Amino acid sequence: MTPTRLDFRIIGDWMKPQSRVLDLGCGDGSLLAYLAESKGASGYGLEIDDAHVSECIRRGINVIQTDLDAGLSEFDERSFDYVVLSLTLQAVRYPDRLLEEMLRVGTEGIVTFPNFGHWRTRWQLGVLGRMPVSAALPHEWYNTPNIHLCTLRDFERLCEREGIEILESQVVDHAHRQRLALRLFPNILGEIALYRFRRARLP
Amino acid sequence: MGLVTPARLRFPEPLALASGGVLANYELVYETYGTLNADASNAVLVCHALSGSHHVAGYHSEDDKRPGWWEHHVGPGKSLDTRRFFVVACNNLGSCFGSTGPASINPATGRAFGPDFPMVTVRDWVESQARLADRLGIQRWAAVVGGSLGGMQALQWAIDYPERVAHAIIIAAAPKLTAQNIAFNEVARQAILTDPDFHEGRFYDHGTEPRRGLRIARMLGHITYLSDDIMREKFGRDLRGGKINFDYQVAFEVESYLRYQADSFVGRFDANTYLLMTKALDYFDPAGNTDGRLASALAPVKADTLVLAFTSDWRFAPARSREIVKALHDNDLNVSYAEINAAHGHDAFLMPIPRYVEILRSYMDRVYAGHPT
Repeated sequence: MTPTRLDFRIIGDWMKPQSRVLDLGCGDGSLLAYLAESKGASGYGLEIDDAHVSECIRRGINVIQTDLDAGLSEFDERSFDYVVLSLTLQAVRYPDRLLEEMLRVGTEGIVTFPNFGHWRTRWQLGVLGRMPVSAALPHEWYNTPNIHLCTLRDFERLCEREGIEILESQVVDHAHRQRLALRLFPNILGEIALYRFRRARLP
Repeated sequence: MGLVTPARLRFPEPLALASGGVLANYELVYETYGTLNADASNAVLVCHALSGSHHVAGYHSEDDKRPGWWEHHVGPGKSLDTRRFFVVACNNLGSCFGSTGPASINPATGRAFGPDFPMVTVRDWVESQARLADRLGIQRWAAVVGGSLGGMQALQWAIDYPERVAHAIIIAAAPKLTAQNIAFNEVARQAILTDPDFHEGRFYDHGTEPRRGLRIARMLGHITYLSDDIMREKFGRDLRGGKINFDYQVAFEVESYLRYQADSFVGRFDANTYLLMTKALDYFDPAGNTDGRLASALAPVKADTLVLAFTSDWRFAPARSREIVKALHDNDLNVSYAEINAAHGHDAFLMPIPRYVEILRSYMDRVYAGHPT
């Protein structure tokens, strides 16, 4: 049994027990397995990769093989308590539209993404003049699936523009640890950002 | 799978059919593989497609040239592992492989049913299979599995007998046929119905059969089972004799293939059965009773479901399988869906494609883990 990843634990702690969850880009189903185990959650994962889909089926995770860029139109409004997008936002074609879709099919959204504002990223780009490569962003510029990288501040601005209310946020480092300094300077020291949000209520 | 022997059971109680017709009594032919455990919890039903039969795996005799139609998936150590599961495959009513069908003798008249054989639907098959399950002492299937028309039976099972299906595996199927699907079926039927040797379905009495019609029906079917890509890959524009002869003999390899498929079908398959099976396909529409809302039709379902589709299948394209998936998750049911890369078109569900085999095996591992031993 591997120790629980901190980002999983944070997401789990944010959720009400027995929730219905849709996990977009669910990978091998680890998060859904964790949420089922620890929070009694149920739901589905969407995944495009063959090997990941097979792995989900092997471990008994509900998985639907699909391309997130094709949208979530097969899901009805408010079908889920939470729609989670874990480390995938930066790899989709239209992040803004997907956020809209998440809040159409779910009551709340939870997003995690690698923070492009991290100091090491800034150092590599700003001082060394090279596209950043790190534990959170392991690809080279020519083979990266990450086509829409953003910083914490970028994400928050998008939420504001789209009428999305951020309910909670956290940052962790690449080993998914939290430290005091991270809380003080999240957009510089945070490698992975986590947000919980919902559609802003009209004033 | 080795040598297998089909079994036969007689059902003396009448079966009321969806068409309003009644079969006063009937026989079902079936094969089983593996051993039913003490509490009968390891039984898996495999449902067959249009031209399939109960002969899913193994050989009927030492000099049998071809094994059953799903030999790749059923046997010791295979995806449907017969060391774990008791696999049952039933020949559907109306078929021509042993169960009561149009070529059987009608006890009321003493001659072949022919056109008097009542129209059977997917629901009727499920009903007859449920009676077979009763007789075999199987209260609940660990899984009901099928491809194409077989997948439709698996879905119907889950709707009609929610308590009797733990898992449904629906492969290369659709929740109903499109106008295009029905159109292809209608051309096939017209080929048979207009053949002078059809004799209104009483060709048995004339010692003949509508060979021409059945051949054309089969050729047409085969075109819809393959993809454009696989036809290009298998045949391209290759010439049979190396040159064009400017006549109506076989010039292209693809013509030779279709004629071969047609020839091997005639004499093996019954024209009345072909008509019945295509009608069963056309009429299949579980949402027909719920205003077209498939999710409502699937509301009774309790089974966990695996839905599989193949990328190049245009007969029942992946989008059609997704309709089933949507209706299942709309009901908050456990469902998984995988789309398998395959060039073979609809026929892929019969092929030993590695990822297909792997997924089926993984899912059956889960079925096995979940059933009480």
